[in-house]
Amino acid sequence: MKDVPALLEKAVSGRRLSLEEGILLMEKADLLALGTAANRIRQKLHPDGIVTYVIDRNINYTNVCVCGCHFCAFYRRPGDRDAYVIDKPQLDKKIRETLAAGGTELLIQGGLHPSLNIDFFIDMLRYIKKNYDIHIHSFSPPEIVHLSRLSGLPVADVLAQLKQAGLDSLPGGGAEILVDRVRKLISPNKISWRQWMEVMDAAHRLGMKTTATMMFGHVETPAEQVKHMVRVREQQDATGGFTAFIPWSFQPRNTKLGGQTAGGALYLRVLAMARIMLDNIPNIQASWVTQGAKMAQVALNFGANDFGSTMLEENVVRAAGVSYRVGLKEIRRVIKDAGFTPAQRRTDYTLVEQA
Amino acid sequence: MLKTNDTLQAIANKVEKGERLSREDGIALFRSHDLLEIGKMANMVRERKHGKKTYFIVNRHINHTNICVNRCRLCAFGRDADSPGAYVLSLEEIEQKIAACADQNISEIHIVGGLNPDLKLDYYVEMLRMVRRRLPHAIIQSLTAVEVEYLARMHGMTYREVLSTLRDAGLDSLPGGGAEIFAPRVRQIICPKKIDGETWLAIHEAAHELGMRTNATMLYGHVETIEERVDHLLRLRQLQDRTGGFLTFIPLAFHPKNTALCSMGCTTSTTGHDDLKTLAIARLLLDNFDHIKAFWIMIGPKLAQVSLSFGVDDLDGTVVEEKIAHDAGAETEQYMAREELVYMIKSAGYYPVQRDTLYNVIKEGF
Repeated sequence: MKDVPALLEKAVSGRRLSLEEGILLMEKADLLALGTAANRIRQKLHPDGIVTYVIDRNINYTNVCVCGCHFCAFYRRPGDRDAYVIDKPQLDKKIRETLAAGGTELLIQGGLHPSLNIDFFIDMLRYIKKNYDIHIHSFSPPEIVHLSRLSGLPVADVLAQLKQAGLDSLPGGGAEILVDRVRKLISPNKISWRQWMEVMDAAHRLGMKTTATMMFGHVETPAEQVKHMVRVREQQDATGGFTAFIPWSFQPRNTKLGGQTAGGALYLRVLAMARIMLDNIPNIQASWVTQGAKMAQVALNFGANDFGSTMLEENVVRAAGVSYRVGLKEIRRVIKDAGFTPAQRRTDYTLVEQA
Repeated sequence: MLKTNDTLQAIANKVEKGERLSREDGIALFRSHDLLEIGKMANMVRERKHGKKTYFIVNRHINHTNICVNRCRLCAFGRDADSPGAYVLSLEEIEQKIAACADQNISEIHIVGGLNPDLKLDYYVEMLRMVRRRLPHAIIQSLTAVEVEYLARMHGMTYREVLSTLRDAGLDSLPGGGAEIFAPRVRQIICPKKIDGETWLAIHEAAHELGMRTNATMLYGHVETIEERVDHLLRLRQLQDRTGGFLTFIPLAFHPKNTALCSMGCTTSTTGHDDLKTLAIARLLLDNFDHIKAFWIMIGPKLAQVSLSFGVDDLDGTVVEEKIAHDAGAETEQYMAREELVYMIKSAGYYPVQRDTLYNVIKEGF
């Protein structure tokens, strides 16, 4: 077995680490050593010192969800007093506000509603594309599989229809930990890791880019954290459609799962390991929504090169008792303060020219 | 770029050999964006002094009054006597708060407040006696140098006389508040009526001469320059060389909300990068201080945990009730259970040690 410094050097020199090597690092390496290696890899991949962000809005079209994940504080059951489905005037208002704020992207996601079928989504996508010039980065794999079940269509057909109606790319939510032992404990009704990956595989093959996320800090082991990364890496070798990897920590408040929230040290550890393991994914996002601006800024030295989105609206994490609000000005300030150059990007990571 | 790396490398060599860093070194460190290199140097010093030990305390803060004649612009806590929200805790009220925590094995009572003209020396003497009677085993760390000077002025006494009187009544130690930034230029802007830096240092020196251990702080992230931060740290190092009376250095991140400085345009909070760098550089410059503390109330528990790898060996404590930072918009909780502190320390790979004010071990092996 190789020792920690040799493994870190191997990763920095561009050679791929195995699952076992990754687990050893996750368990044994000290935080600053991991950070230093991740930072060097980030510098190689992004030598210009630019840290990007996207201006977007989360739109949650419904909070009704039949999945009932134990880690979630957002969902409602059909018929609950505060259950909702968004209507067109609300949608219009949210999109107009997003565009007025310089936004380029909509992140539309919702619960697994038992009776919103594919026509609802096709109609929504067409409506948006007809009326607005904006990138639609929407519907995570659990929603796609849910639509496939409701409509009886294969996943690839659902995606093709949505794409034709205006869907541009997929967010990487619902990945949680891509190990079924963990999924059975925290989200027993949610799609398996293979199903999650099949959606991404199909999307990539249709020419749609996606991101991949990871929700850690609950019941998973360090080995399962690394396994998650390796599974994403293997898919990326096959299809190359992941633009970014976004780890965030489980937020326990108001959830059935409960327990302690992961500390800042584990967050930076996982983030740095992601940069070290995912040699074929160009971007690693810091998550100010779950970690706050201070930690997200520090993450820029632990492998992150992107500040994620400004999120004019965010409801899911807020429902779990965390409400960091960070404005665009503040995002730009903290990026500069850490010695980087802030730049607005589009969903595909091309830069938006500043007027 | 190369030049910066060379400078950092030269500093790292000094740190490795245990050599004292210069003013220029301090300035170069603050100018650098190389957070991880600075962190590694600070961590080297931390591990040399403490290994993986991380200290915390079961303590209780009490802010006995917010009425203050100084009304510093950096502060969102002080009130005029006739303002809404102005308060003074009677000795009975303080006694109730103390009595309520009598069974919690509190190691330290931390009482600080405003400069209230109605509160004379006898109020403090009685307060200290009462706390000593109620909690005979707790260490009383109370009254900043600013309050000590105010009492001396009020009663025409020397600092030493005031400190002796308070010590005889039960005072064990002075907290480090009121240091802000020593530079007169900065104090003129942020706290024009507050005692100057020389007086703050003189009072701590007097306390040290009486055998009292004290803490030192630095309020950063407002109008001060990098040079003024470094000079502040060096003044503390100088006094520590002479007396050895400082226990811990605690950098305090400025919180602008509700302060007069905020309405003067000083609106931004410190960043995580700056917080970690400041803690790490303090560890590097203050070679004669045993401990560097990150106050989780000020920078948040996540960053405080990360700071353990950036030179910090102390996370303060349970606190229970905190008004000063919270009036200035701190979004942290006011209380952290001992179990949470232990978890926070252990889950970052460190070894928690429950201490008293003087760093005597109360409990370890959690």
